[in-house]
Amino acid sequence: MPILDNLWIIPLLPLLGSAINGLFGGKWPNNIVNSVAVGSTGLSFACALEAVREFSQLPPDQIPFVKQFFTWIAAGTFRAGFDLQVDQLTVVMLLVVTGVGWLIHIYATGYMAHEGGYYRFFSYLNLFMFFMLLLVLAANYVLLFVGWEGVGLCSYLLVGFYFLRKSAADAGKKAFIVNRIGDFGFMLGMFLLFKTFGTLDFVPMFAKAVPMPADAMGQMGTLTVACLLLFVGATGKSAQLPLYVWLPDAMEGPTPVSALIHAATMVTAGVYVVARSHVLFMRAPSAMLVVAIIGCATALFAATIGLVQTDIKKVLAYSTVSQLGYMFLACGVGAFSAGIFHLMTHAFFKALLFLAAGSVIHAMGGEQDMLKMGGLSKKIKWTYITMLTATLAIAGFPPLAGFFSKDAILLNAFQSENGGHFLYAVGLFTALLTSFYMFRLIFLTFFGKQRYDEHHVHVHESPKSMLVPLMILAVLSLVGGWLAAPAFWGAPDYFAKFLEPVFAQGGGAESAAAEAAAHALEMPLAIVAVITATLGLGIAYWLYISKPAKPAELAKSMKGAYTTLFHKYYVDELYAAVVVKPLLWLSTKVLWQTVDVRMIDGAVNGVAYGATEVGDNVRHAQSGNTRSYAVWVVIGALVVIAIVFWPYLKPAAVGMVR
Amino acid sequence: MNAPLVVFFFLAAIAILGAISLILQRHPIHSALSLIVVMVALAGLYLLMGAEFVAAVQIIVYGGAIMVLFIFVIMLLNAGVEERTNMSKMAGWAGLPLAIALMGFLAAAVARSTDRVQAVAQSGATAPTKVVAGLLFQEFVYPFELTSFLILVAIIGAIVLAQREKQ
Amino acid sequence: MIPAHYYLVLSAILFGLGVVAFIFRRNIITIFMSIELMLNAVNLAFVAFSQAWNRLDGQVFVLFVIVVAAAEAAVGLGIIILIQRNRQSLNVERVDLLKL
Repeated sequence: MPILDNLWIIPLLPLLGSAINGLFGGKWPNNIVNSVAVGSTGLSFACALEAVREFSQLPPDQIPFVKQFFTWIAAGTFRAGFDLQVDQLTVVMLLVVTGVGWLIHIYATGYMAHEGGYYRFFSYLNLFMFFMLLLVLAANYVLLFVGWEGVGLCSYLLVGFYFLRKSAADAGKKAFIVNRIGDFGFMLGMFLLFKTFGTLDFVPMFAKAVPMPADAMGQMGTLTVACLLLFVGATGKSAQLPLYVWLPDAMEGPTPVSALIHAATMVTAGVYVVARSHVLFMRAPSAMLVVAIIGCATALFAATIGLVQTDIKKVLAYSTVSQLGYMFLACGVGAFSAGIFHLMTHAFFKALLFLAAGSVIHAMGGEQDMLKMGGLSKKIKWTYITMLTATLAIAGFPPLAGFFSKDAILLNAFQSENGGHFLYAVGLFTALLTSFYMFRLIFLTFFGKQRYDEHHVHVHESPKSMLVPLMILAVLSLVGGWLAAPAFWGAPDYFAKFLEPVFAQGGGAESAAAEAAAHALEMPLAIVAVITATLGLGIAYWLYISKPAKPAELAKSMKGAYTTLFHKYYVDELYAAVVVKPLLWLSTKVLWQTVDVRMIDGAVNGVAYGATEVGDNVRHAQSGNTRSYAVWVVIGALVVIAIVFWPYLKPAAVGMVR
Repeated sequence: MNAPLVVFFFLAAIAILGAISLILQRHPIHSALSLIVVMVALAGLYLLMGAEFVAAVQIIVYGGAIMVLFIFVIMLLNAGVEERTNMSKMAGWAGLPLAIALMGFLAAAVARSTDRVQAVAQSGATAPTKVVAGLLFQEFVYPFELTSFLILVAIIGAIVLAQREKQ
Repeated sequence: MIPAHYYLVLSAILFGLGVVAFIFRRNIITIFMSIELMLNAVNLAFVAFSQAWNRLDGQVFVLFVIVVAAAEAAVGLGIIILIQRNRQSLNVERVDLLKL
């Protein structure tokens, strides 16, 4: 088993590429930097494929396959090793990360061709691949956390890639800091888990957790608290309420970065962690409910904001937040495989959407405002076709990928206890909004009047290096869902079956009656979903093609709602006032001016000042006058006499006092 | 009230008056003469205690040699009435209270320790010169020789100090 | 029989008066004489103790004190002569070169 025994090679290859490009790339021409970067990622993808092939030949008792390479931390009874593991969930994540990552690398060679700092970009991008692969291959929480932090770092580096622009630098800082807040929760969760189980390795921990009794709903038992803390980390990394604020700002980074990190891979790390920890979550129903509610709320919240945004990338950013909400909704109701399935299909069509948007921006010479586009469908045909495919997928039209994955989530939501119908209703409404704003994007960008000046903007189709990945992703968006399709006509859902050994361990297997009920509901719910998607398309068509003047009228008539949505519910302003400003005040007024300047500097300077003052005053004792010296001598003599004769003087002194 | 006590108080009064006179006189020569009075009174007190040899030495050496030396120097330097400068604030204000406090402390310490000190010192038991001499030349012979050396050094020092500058 | 502490109290008073003279007089020679007064007071105390404890060591010590006082007077008066020569004044407050 050459690859499986040397799993470390999969993350190492991009790390090597990053190091080589980082150290030497400054002097190299673009095509050498290309070959190193794309080559290392491609090789990593090939190794991943080989690893999957070897994995498929493993007997079931060797799954999950864990290989320990070296001990990183050994403290007392605690051991955290550089251990990598492969099971079915890892296979899915591995293929998505390496495959989509490789395609995006190829795209970036075309997109960034004329940018400065070319080698730096690919160095960072490869570094990101290294950390992300570490994250999905890790066999314990500690190594996973290394990858977790590392992708946060790379996100900061890449979002602030154009660091000379203040908004970009600020966005990078915001991403990292908000992530850090989530990481704090994640670490607390890890500590609690370590305290409870004594180990942070997945296989032993989950084996210990299986016989544990589940916490009752509403009880804040150990598992519930630990799961909630892990989820806090997930909200930071995967941009859920309330820590989603960094993702829209992260659009300051180059478009390939948005595609890779903020659509396909990094933001899905949170979902991956929740899925990986499903054994713990299944025993903490309160935590699952929180996950479901937050996922659902975020989906709706972000979709409403996306309705009125005019920057093409911002719309896609809010769409990402919304779709991640769906994934968490799935995990929250116990449909982990549905959540992972949506993760996979979302990686395909969201990466495609971002890359195509990048193609549009490239064609428009850097313009990102949709209100200044229009009528591009004939001019950049291939971009249009691929983007339309992705839009149909995300809206949930069959037989594209998005339909199957979203449908699975909504079905499981409908069937869940604890308000499943309400979650379903919100999810369905969000699907309507999703369809609407995505088609709004298509109509504003590709149809209608040409709202730009042809003399200033020379619209041209993108080079092949950018178009080929678009087409591959379009094909995947088309067929990616067919792994689960057979469930419709009674045959098993291949994807869920593939992941079953992973998720069955926690006791998530459904009873036969529930399965039958599920099948009965599937067809009607699927039809409702299709009707909803078509409705969204229809409304968008009506507003942006038939009556182009209507949106402006509506915006004026519903001014309050429109302004709130346009300004993203003023959440950033709220955070700035409630969190940032007090912190800044504290740092400036209290910690800096009071503690540092007045107390610490004051104490040190005060000592010096005091010494000077004392010296200044004491020097008068040295007057050169013999008579005053005589008085000092007498004083000294008095003191000595008093000390020596105290037993005899005491009664007198006491008598005098009285 | 017996005779020794009366004599004691008389001599003590003279000594104290002489000391006060030392403080208050304006011309140094008068202060020197007051000091001689004090010394003579003290010699009398030694005799009262029975320390004959010490009394004799006090008169001969202290009164006869040292004080004469003082008077010679006063005459040599033609010291006049003292100036009235007052450049030390501390001495002026704090000096008197402190000195009185010193006196008070000592006196109080002594007066309160009466149980510790034997109430002896009578004029009866005399201290024979022979015994004093015996102590001096047997137990204390080493300090005795050192004092002669000390005197030699003092003589040389005094001569060197008082020499006129070489022209 | 005169109790020893009478003499000691007298010695203390004389010593205190010597201190007062030292502090308040400005003529160097007078200050020197006050030092002699203090030494005499101490001598008195020594003799009183020597008679109180019935040992003669105290009186021997008095002899030494007198010898030392003599030597000290000799040298000190020599210094005073020099001061008079250099400063043309016997006022101790004029001798303040050590002033900061």
